[in-house]
Amino acid sequence: MSEFQQKCSLVGRDRLADDVYRLTLQAPRIAAHAQPGQFVMVRVSDGLDPLLRRPFSIHRVFANGDISLLFKIIGKGTEMLAHCCLGDELDLVGPLGNGFVLPDEGPVCLIGGGMGIAPLLFLAEQLHMTGRETGNDYVLLGARTQDELTPLDEEFAALGYTVQRATDDGSIGHKGFIPDLLDFILPEMTQVYTCGPHLMMENVVRQCRQAEVKCQVSLETHMACGIGACLGCTVNGKRGLVHVCKQGPVFKAENLEWSLE
Amino acid sequence: MRESYGEGTGCPENCNAPDLRVQIGSLVLRNPVMTASGTFGYAREFENLVDLDQLGGIIVKGISLQPKPGNPPPRIVETSCGMLNAIGLENVGVDRFISGKMPYLRKLSTPVVVNILGDSVEEYSEIARKLDGVEGVAALEVNISCPNVKKGGVAFGTVPEMAARVTEAVRQASQLPLIVKLSPNVTDIVLMAKAVEGAGADAVSLINTLIGMAIDPVSRRPKLANVIGGLSGPAIKPVALRMVWQVAQAVSLPVIGIGGITTANDALEFFLAGATAVQVGTANFYDPSSTGNIVQGLKGYLQEQGEDRLVDIIGTLKIGTD
Repeated sequence: MSEFQQKCSLVGRDRLADDVYRLTLQAPRIAAHAQPGQFVMVRVSDGLDPLLRRPFSIHRVFANGDISLLFKIIGKGTEMLAHCCLGDELDLVGPLGNGFVLPDEGPVCLIGGGMGIAPLLFLAEQLHMTGRETGNDYVLLGARTQDELTPLDEEFAALGYTVQRATDDGSIGHKGFIPDLLDFILPEMTQVYTCGPHLMMENVVRQCRQAEVKCQVSLETHMACGIGACLGCTVNGKRGLVHVCKQGPVFKAENLEWSLE
Repeated sequence: MRESYGEGTGCPENCNAPDLRVQIGSLVLRNPVMTASGTFGYAREFENLVDLDQLGGIIVKGISLQPKPGNPPPRIVETSCGMLNAIGLENVGVDRFISGKMPYLRKLSTPVVVNILGDSVEEYSEIARKLDGVEGVAALEVNISCPNVKKGGVAFGTVPEMAARVTEAVRQASQLPLIVKLSPNVTDIVLMAKAVEGAGADAVSLINTLIGMAIDPVSRRPKLANVIGGLSGPAIKPVALRMVWQVAQAVSLPVIGIGGITTANDALEFFLAGATAVQVGTANFYDPSSTGNIVQGLKGYLQEQGEDRLVDIIGTLKIGTD
């Protein structure tokens, strides 16, 4: 596995919703080695507060060596990142982690909630590029409101996926939660890929278990290093603690402890 | 903007580069920049990001007699200019360390120092005995200062007589150079340093983390599952510097400075205060290039100051009007 520390120039900055941003960075070495589900550690400033890098899953990779990150402002670090200007240089370490295991057979369902959508677009594009027939594949996206899903939902749809939406306020798609949509779809699926709020993923995992459908989950935790040195990013696995940065961030759902079982 | 004797000030191999070599007991380091235990894994984690052969020394994750699973999550939380951790000394245990980690480590040209920890004096002895004579182990660093374990660590690190007993026991069990890592969570760290000096230590390293805490006001819960943890990073540098200065004046052993060192300027403060070497800890997490930048920055500083050897600036802090 190759990983790099690289100063990356900001070449794109899009505000998708009030507090949701998509940054595009020139990161040729990271882009050349990235797999869907992997992440980068971003230093949001040269200063000492905030001190630690922030982990972001890789949202898109472009043939010209650019990568995109999708994030919501949730604290000081993401606030500073959102205010970066085109041409600014950000220090990145990546690509890190294990990434998704691509399916041997289909159809598959990609389920993203909130910023959990981020790694799934890279996965969807990769699946599409393998020449796979995506017509029977589903993408389920959940957010608070319509603004947070646009234009992401259209980008998935453009790749040929059947996209279904759920919003808390009902401004687009189903009013309610992602797992509500899953009952009808799940019996046709061979594998589910999910990333998002923990409660959503717990429900998805439970439904997958009942339907005997394989499920891969991508986790988010606080990390200090992202490379397996600090041992800070542990979660409860079936056989003891596991490290999200190195053994994950993608896990087979059955290898983790879930509280809704 | 921080001032720094940073990148681009180094000297190519063929010029009269300043001599950065320092000596810790019988151990000679090519430069005084080491990686602190618990922040550098077993070194391999950094192989793609750091030129491991350019480091002064590598201190690996603390090793116990039996493997330790560590504390439940969450284990880390960021604080202002620092971080709190309660990892709980998760490690593979001494046997798996020797069989699984040393084959990689001994191929490096950089001295490898093994940090050891135990729940009893006997455990420290036994680990030291197992590591004595293992090819590639250059020295031991005795951890009597981790705040994140219930047994052993705290008592050993805060009671001078206990610290001396552990040091004596390891001294008898091993021929290796012996560094004792001190805790700042004591009333008088000088007493601790003198105690381990009298018990046969070849050097002291300080400081380990300061005990701290963080609370989430919304959930009204501590942010660490362990409730309390160890504070590290630039936030603790002034405390570390003060303690290094006090200890360096009180003992004749080499003192290794640890605590919030990120830049060459940070390291220089410790050398001027009396440190013979430094360890870079938390900075490895947020800037893996910091150790290399510090080495280059030290060369640049010495050249600018017209100094040929790093050892000549150690303890040259000027105080008063002279």
